[in-house]
Amino acid sequence: MSTATTDPAMIRLGRFLRDNPMIPLLVFLFLLIATLEVMRPGIVIPLRSGRDGLISTFWVGNLIKFAIPLAMLAACQVLTMLTAGIDLSVGVVATVSAFVCATLTTIWGVPAAAIVALATGIIVGAVNGIGVGIVRVHPLIMTLGTGLIATGCLQVYQRLFINAGSEIPEFLVWLGTGRTAGMPNGLFLFVPFALFVLWLMRYTGFGRLLFALGSNEQAAKLSGVRAWQVYIALYVLSGFIAALAGLLYLGMIRQTSLSLANPLLLPSVAAAVIGGTSIFGGRGSFAGAIVGALILRVLDTMLTLLQMPEGARTALFGLIVLAVTALYVRITGTR
Amino acid sequence: MTEPALLDATGVAKSFGAVHALTDAELRVGKGEIVALMGANGAGKSTFVKIITGALKPDTGHVLIHGQQARVGSPAEARRTGLVPVYQEPSLIPDLDVLDNLRLGDTPVAPFVHWVKELGIEDLVLNEMIADLPLATLRIIDLARALASDPDVLLLDEMTAALPTDLVERVLKTVRARANEGMGVIYVSHRFTEISELCDRASVLRDGKTVGDLQIEEGVEERIVELMLGQKIDLGQREIAVNTSTQSGSTRLKVRDLAIGTKVSNVSFDLYSDEVLGVVALEGQGQDELFQALAGFIKPTAGTIAIDGEQKQFSHPADAIASGLTFVPGDRADALLSQRSVRENIALPFSARIKAWGPLKMRHEKERVAHAIDKLQIDTRAQGEVQQLSGGNQQKVTIGRWLATGVETLLLFDPTRGIDVRTKRQIYPLVRELADQGAAVLYYTSELEEIQLACDRAIVIFNGSVVDTIDASEATEQRLMRAAYGLTGNEGAA
Amino acid sequence: MSNFLRKNAWVIGLSILLALLLIVTKMIQPSFGASGLESVARAALPFAFATAGMAVVVIVGGIDLSVASIMAVCAVTAAFLMERMASVPALFIVLGAGLAMGLINGALIVLTRVPDIVVTLAMLFVWEGVALLILDSPGGKTAPWIQEIIRDGFLVDWLPKALILLSVCTALIWGPIRRSKLGLSIYATGSDERAAFRSGVFVGRTKIIAYGICGLFCALGGLSLAALTGIGEPVPGPYLMASVAAVVLGGVVLGGGKGGLIGPIIAVFILRIIRTILTLMAVDPNVTTIIEGTIMVAVVMLGTAATMRGAKT
Repeated sequence: MSTATTDPAMIRLGRFLRDNPMIPLLVFLFLLIATLEVMRPGIVIPLRSGRDGLISTFWVGNLIKFAIPLAMLAACQVLTMLTAGIDLSVGVVATVSAFVCATLTTIWGVPAAAIVALATGIIVGAVNGIGVGIVRVHPLIMTLGTGLIATGCLQVYQRLFINAGSEIPEFLVWLGTGRTAGMPNGLFLFVPFALFVLWLMRYTGFGRLLFALGSNEQAAKLSGVRAWQVYIALYVLSGFIAALAGLLYLGMIRQTSLSLANPLLLPSVAAAVIGGTSIFGGRGSFAGAIVGALILRVLDTMLTLLQMPEGARTALFGLIVLAVTALYVRITGTR
Repeated sequence: MTEPALLDATGVAKSFGAVHALTDAELRVGKGEIVALMGANGAGKSTFVKIITGALKPDTGHVLIHGQQARVGSPAEARRTGLVPVYQEPSLIPDLDVLDNLRLGDTPVAPFVHWVKELGIEDLVLNEMIADLPLATLRIIDLARALASDPDVLLLDEMTAALPTDLVERVLKTVRARANEGMGVIYVSHRFTEISELCDRASVLRDGKTVGDLQIEEGVEERIVELMLGQKIDLGQREIAVNTSTQSGSTRLKVRDLAIGTKVSNVSFDLYSDEVLGVVALEGQGQDELFQALAGFIKPTAGTIAIDGEQKQFSHPADAIASGLTFVPGDRADALLSQRSVRENIALPFSARIKAWGPLKMRHEKERVAHAIDKLQIDTRAQGEVQQLSGGNQQKVTIGRWLATGVETLLLFDPTRGIDVRTKRQIYPLVRELADQGAAVLYYTSELEEIQLACDRAIVIFNGSVVDTIDASEATEQRLMRAAYGLTGNEGAA
Repeated sequence: MSNFLRKNAWVIGLSILLALLLIVTKMIQPSFGASGLESVARAALPFAFATAGMAVVVIVGGIDLSVASIMAVCAVTAAFLMERMASVPALFIVLGAGLAMGLINGALIVLTRVPDIVVTLAMLFVWEGVALLILDSPGGKTAPWIQEIIRDGFLVDWLPKALILLSVCTALIWGPIRRSKLGLSIYATGSDERAAFRSGVFVGRTKIIAYGICGLFCALGGLSLAALTGIGEPVPGPYLMASVAAVVLGGVVLGGGKGGLIGPIIAVFILRIIRTILTLMAVDPNVTTIIEGTIMVAVVMLGTAATMRGAKT
């Protein structure tokens, strides 16, 4: 059907890019970095340090550091998008988790606070999962709604705990801001996390089902898959990851705020989409999303250097999501 | 006649990719003529109808209306040229009332009311919502709307399918009367009784080609059936088909008085282990619903399903699978993860239950999948995407999924639709072999010769009921075709 | 007559519910009167316009997640322009901008064939960014008469001007369309796209126009927002979820083809009155937000469940 309307060379190119999404992504990332270096010589390769040709570990470390929480939230989007869903509550969940942890640490100590913080993510995820899997509300609407409710809950919570004060756990600060051999300590959390997600997607039955539900829910049903079970587990997992990312972000920013991680929401969707994950389900790669997160961070630096206002950045990210999706529809001819 | 025909379609061909739906179709409708368009399942009827009505463009050939090349690009344009179709499913907007539906298509109201009355519905309220009206009324409304726009050629697609007999009478009478005033009619139908009552001629399609144009007269049914069957390519291996040890096994599946909505009214049959039971039916006789109910997709409204003597109720396909009933749907698109690999497609049922959500047992999976691929001779590198395979290989993957899991009762719904002869020849012995190893297979097919090639017995479904049970040895295509068209055979209905 | 009752049963039920809620309000706070009514109507105005716009696109079978962002763009444009030029032409520019943004949404959906929910999600951020580009922080100033036009009562105290404005604008935009061929096409497209196509409806064109109408309503919403605050606020308000909930509560089925604008607008007032009642009962405003959010999510969930059941039978 699509063959008649689309140029065969385009299809071949599309297929190649779909099969090897990392190649163009990495090329694009390095092109961006090179452009950045041209724009502002010295930012990537500091000549002053006298070690010519060595990429500034400081800059790279910084880039990675800020890309980590974004990549973690992008993991939520990749996993949910595999089933043709999306999780728009991740920004709020991360914020809630960070806030709860910071305020409870003074009362109950770090471990209990962290556990409660992660539990909030699980609860929101469970509500999302029930709404999407059993009531069959569109994930976008459902997660938007729970995000709204969670924001309200956070505000009430804040008033109750206004006197308790807050404290950022030492461990999170170490994880968020510390460096080991020039690289951010966040990698100690992120590398195992990323390996886990990659393993989950590729080598487990659950991962198979995510792809299956997104490619063809009917076929999955035909094979005996009870979709609601998968959806609930998926959104709980997504909530948990978001809460975890919130804790890391807390240690990085070292401040509590009622909208701490909210601005990461759109970039997390954009990172997943740029990384080759299809918003229509059945196709996605977390490795791509990580590169996507790095690309967005470099882009962000560039836009800041160009003194682009906040608004232009938001609009640009929105357009990127739309353009990539439209291109995907054009190339593959799917719906 | 020097006057050009109302509608003249010649040399129409249409291909979808490698599938040649139509190769050389033609149809001529003169003034005041009612022409039946006939053809077995998959002969290309629906494609031809779409081309005539402008929903599709032909690759070659042309459709002339009033002797002029009609530039038909959309249904709206076809209507303007004077050809008005009435489709099998009414094209009315459910959430608007009758009057608004008329306004939407610029249909004049007064003639519409006249025709509705003429067609036998006296009490139609014009501001009734379409969604609140029964299906039979909707079909009448759709027809009355078409008649009200005073068409030159009227196309009726299975018009009488959901109508009670009194309304059928009125419809046939009205259509005849309009034809006598000069309107041309294309009448697409499976029902011989109506065709012989109403039509002047019958045009028969087979394998995308118009193979006959007959005057309707006494005894023409037999000739039409012959034409629809034609000289089939001999698929060979006829001798291996019929199982000698019929019904040696135990009763695997026992279906009694099954009713599903309006489509299935009374289906009872037994399926034994060691046997392949064929199901024969024209399109839309309730076979889709029967298979979906057995597979756990829909719930029957009445009747029982028992497996190995135990009554079962399915609320999800997973329940049916747990009872050993595995379903291969007719549309491969429903069954395949088209963007995923062959291996993932075959291994899909392995991961279905929560217990299997953990790490994949790669070795185990690899062995089972390799076994299935080997058995089915699926021609592939197991890493590529399923959508890159040929239709035949795709179908093998959908069957292979259950071979790898283990088959007790296999529900095959038209497994050979649109696939190549070579693959077909591989599927028949496979199905037989499964049965010989103790499986029970229910095999719906739209290709009648397959009954003798693959099955032990066959049941024939017409209008939601089992009307005949025929042993494979007697299941000639003639016999099956007659039974499927509801023509009472020599032995009478079961 | 009975047919009228049956067709409008949902709207009548909502009206009765609204009346009951007003009585409850009066019982809790005996002093609740004309001024209370006026402030409820005024606060509900942007919600009502957002909901009207959302209702039109839901009826055509789509959804517009960018309503709140379009409203923000319109609000800041109004505040920005009115500080610098005559207010009447500024008003028309804002309305035109809203219409244009809606048409762009619709055209992108039809041309790219990307699902509406994805396109409008992306456009949500694009329009939000545009709003920030026009004013990067709350500012500007709306003309005094714009602020006056929604304040106080009309002729009598208990008839809020805001309510009159809402009725007039909705009637002017939707009234002529509703009964026209275009209106029928909108309902037909949402109800059954294929049957609509076969009946000769230009489906794509109809969708684009429906999104345009939504944009126009959003422009009115943005203007009332600017009138309420007197300035332009570039950050989108909580109008998306509220409008989806009101549309569902108002009897417009997600998926299209059913309902009208009156039901959803009454639903907006019901949701606002509940908020007022909670406030009068001295419930913490943040708790009110939670309750409101929960009601909205519950409404959407019930609506979806009802649609699924309807589709199954």
